[in-house]
Amino acid sequence: MSAHILTVDDSASIRLTTKIALTGAGYQVTEAVDGLDGLNKAKAGTFDMIVTDLNMPNMNGLAMIEALRSSPAHTGIPIIFLTTESDAEMKSRAKAAGATGWITKPFDPEQLVKIAKKVLGK
Amino acid sequence: MDMNEIKEIFFQECEEQLAELESGLLKMNDGDRDPETVNAVFRAVHSIKGGAGAFGLDDLVSFAHVFETTLDCVRSNKLEPNQDVLKVMLKSADVLADLTNAARDGGGVDEARSRQLIRELEALANGEMPAASEPPAAKAAPAPKASAPAPAAPTPATAATSEDGFQPIPFSFDDFDGEEQPVAPYVPTCEVLFVPKRDLYAKGNEATLLLRDLSRLGEMSIRCDMDKLPLLQDMNPEEAYFSWKISIATDKGEDGVRTVFEFAEWDCDLEVRTIEDEPEAVAGDDEQPMQPVPFDLSILDDASDVPAEDEPPVFEQPVAPAAAVEVASNVVKLAEAPKAEARAALAASPAASQAAANAAASTAAAPTIRVDLDRVDRLINLVGELVINQAMLSQSVIENDNNGVSSINMGLEELQQLTREIQDSVMAIRAQPVKPVFQRMSRIVREIADATGKSVRLLTEGENTEVDKTVIDKLAEPLTHMIRNAVDHGLESPEKREAAGKNPEGTVRLTAKHRSGRIVIELADDGGGINREKVRQKAIDNDLIAADANLSDEEIDNLIFHAGFSTADKISDISGRGVGMDVVKRSIQALGGRITISSKPGQGSVFTMSLPLTLAVLDGMVVTVAGQTLVVPLTAIVETLQPEASAIHSFGASQRLISIRNSFCPLVDVGRILNFRGTQANPVEGVALLVESEGGGQRALMVDAIQGQRQVVIKSLEANYTHVPGIAAATILGDGRVALILDVDAVVAASRGQPLKQEMSLAATG
Repeated sequence: MSAHILTVDDSASIRLTTKIALTGAGYQVTEAVDGLDGLNKAKAGTFDMIVTDLNMPNMNGLAMIEALRSSPAHTGIPIIFLTTESDAEMKSRAKAAGATGWITKPFDPEQLVKIAKKVLGK
Repeated sequence: MDMNEIKEIFFQECEEQLAELESGLLKMNDGDRDPETVNAVFRAVHSIKGGAGAFGLDDLVSFAHVFETTLDCVRSNKLEPNQDVLKVMLKSADVLADLTNAARDGGGVDEARSRQLIRELEALANGEMPAASEPPAAKAAPAPKASAPAPAAPTPATAATSEDGFQPIPFSFDDFDGEEQPVAPYVPTCEVLFVPKRDLYAKGNEATLLLRDLSRLGEMSIRCDMDKLPLLQDMNPEEAYFSWKISIATDKGEDGVRTVFEFAEWDCDLEVRTIEDEPEAVAGDDEQPMQPVPFDLSILDDASDVPAEDEPPVFEQPVAPAAAVEVASNVVKLAEAPKAEARAALAASPAASQAAANAAASTAAAPTIRVDLDRVDRLINLVGELVINQAMLSQSVIENDNNGVSSINMGLEELQQLTREIQDSVMAIRAQPVKPVFQRMSRIVREIADATGKSVRLLTEGENTEVDKTVIDKLAEPLTHMIRNAVDHGLESPEKREAAGKNPEGTVRLTAKHRSGRIVIELADDGGGINREKVRQKAIDNDLIAADANLSDEEIDNLIFHAGFSTADKISDISGRGVGMDVVKRSIQALGGRITISSKPGQGSVFTMSLPLTLAVLDGMVVTVAGQTLVVPLTAIVETLQPEASAIHSFGASQRLISIRNSFCPLVDVGRILNFRGTQANPVEGVALLVESEGGGQRALMVDAIQGQRQVVIKSLEANYTHVPGIAAATILGDGRVALILDVDAVVAASRGQPLKQEMSLAATG
């Protein structure tokens, strides 16, 4: 079975781009519209990887990552965050929150797929 | 779904974000310092930048980037968002909107203005916090397109901290499908010390995968250090205890190696050194000389491809280390184990959690759907037919049913009720709030206030009032012009206002509300009001009125709607673009609307526009002309009157005038103009409809009789037949007859000199 990826972003166009790139590479994709939605879906489902935006309404990506990492069932799931932050601060905060890696927006769909392969190993 | 459709979604999002941005900035301008407001503003710009980058909209990205940087300073309290700062930001929001539109429609933007604002934004970001390392001006230059071939060739990755936020990270790890790189005759060797922190696995990084990626860079030998592995009872199987020392021959250099560990950089201690020719010399600090272990890639692949369920159980772990001293494959399996456990935990009840995920996914759907306007229009059209059909049915039943209480009759009444409800509901689909148009106005106000040096506050009310989309689309232009006029001519300069004891900041109030089935939009300013003396003098100078004409205040005020009328002494850059209030009035009338003005000297003016909620139906007066049934739009009719013989005056060969309250108004014989008849009708036998037409002039349209007032469904004549001069459209009446809807302006224009005989004959036969 193909890996199941949860994508969390408040922008429908980014979600769509992400979904097209990942499904095109054979992954199964579930979408969430903000951090809270993402957290609920991550807890309700079985995912091999999570791709999340950081800056979102309701619950931002950092809080979602922290919440996921504090739940024993969700440590170890690769979490990749999308960021356009140019400063290292956001990145290190996300890493401190427990993120696995990042992809800098704007991203090339191919890059996203490469990163998925990198962290999923397949 | 193709890229353009996604792009269109992106642009729709942009519109929402731009609206959010502007309203947030305006709130901040009013003193709102709620961090959530600042965040929302930041997020809006951030989202636009993020999306724009994905679509390679470089101009948009670079501007948004600079804007975002400055907003970040506000967000982090490094920059106080005072009025001056917000002024620059509001202007920047405008430019961002321009850039978005340009990206969408392919038009150009005022580049000098964008550059100027980029400089101002950067100055704000730099000026207030000299210590911070803000992107220099050079970074505002367009970033390379996301589709540029940069990632194809492995580029040495810069340190994560110095990378440019809006440039794609060049990824230097090789294509996974690629074969192993042939080893060059001489390649430098890198020595890598990889010491994972305890939580490496918890954060989703995977030593196995990192080592495998590394192995793709070149031939490597690897040694595992297991000294930190505790006793079984002390061990947490989810933590990382091993570290590795790797020697790799690669032409990718240290940067290439670091790129492999990019994500793990925070989760491990990493040392990378290039060894020139003598690897032993560097390894010397280790007690044991390095024992190269052949690293078999296929083992790694196998390990990571094993489904989670088939992984060795966790309890096997303690056995592994003993064997792993020299064989890397065991180490690899051990490293995989914590993840396997996590996966197993997740997979505990796959069916149940899958169902939950599906349920959750379905709630993500937004509560709106996007529908082609064409489909809605088709529906509206069909409902129009239904309304007509229902009316026809009712009429024929009433004609054939004498007592009027039969069950058919009651059923019909219900049908009528339902039809009306369907019609209202369908119309409501096209209805949209006027908010977007109102929001655009705040920008117009800012620009003119800037250009005129006036200080203006725009207040809006009833932004959520809904009206047909077509009306909204056509509303922006006249409204823009009126707003320009209100600020440029309506409001006084701050000095004058102060001298008059007013707040130096002028107020323009834009209000929308529903009133008796129409939308009423009011534009009020608290300026000096109409200068009636000046208007009157101007009207006399332009021969609009006689020098001794006795006009009421209201009549004088309404003179500004005359063609070519402008009270501004000099043509200003803002409102003097060759269009006056007459153009505004005409476009409002074209929408089936009316506009009036009331003004109080020293207190300001109020323009009131009343518009139909939809352009699909029309309130019309059904009239008879030479045996034909015509519909005249009610909005065009000022009054109707029964002419008396004494009021009719002949003028020249064929012109006739009617005197109405001491003024003369030309009579227009509709039947003659449309070639329904060859001779002029006797005005005394008919009815005169006093209409106001293009240019503001009044005419009396002569018709034979008035049948009544009715709401009619507009049917395009062009779509079904062909354009007929003098006729705006057609409709079907309750009795099934087709009636033509009169184009009042065209008829009046035709009466002015050149009756369009040839073309008009079409109407007669139609």
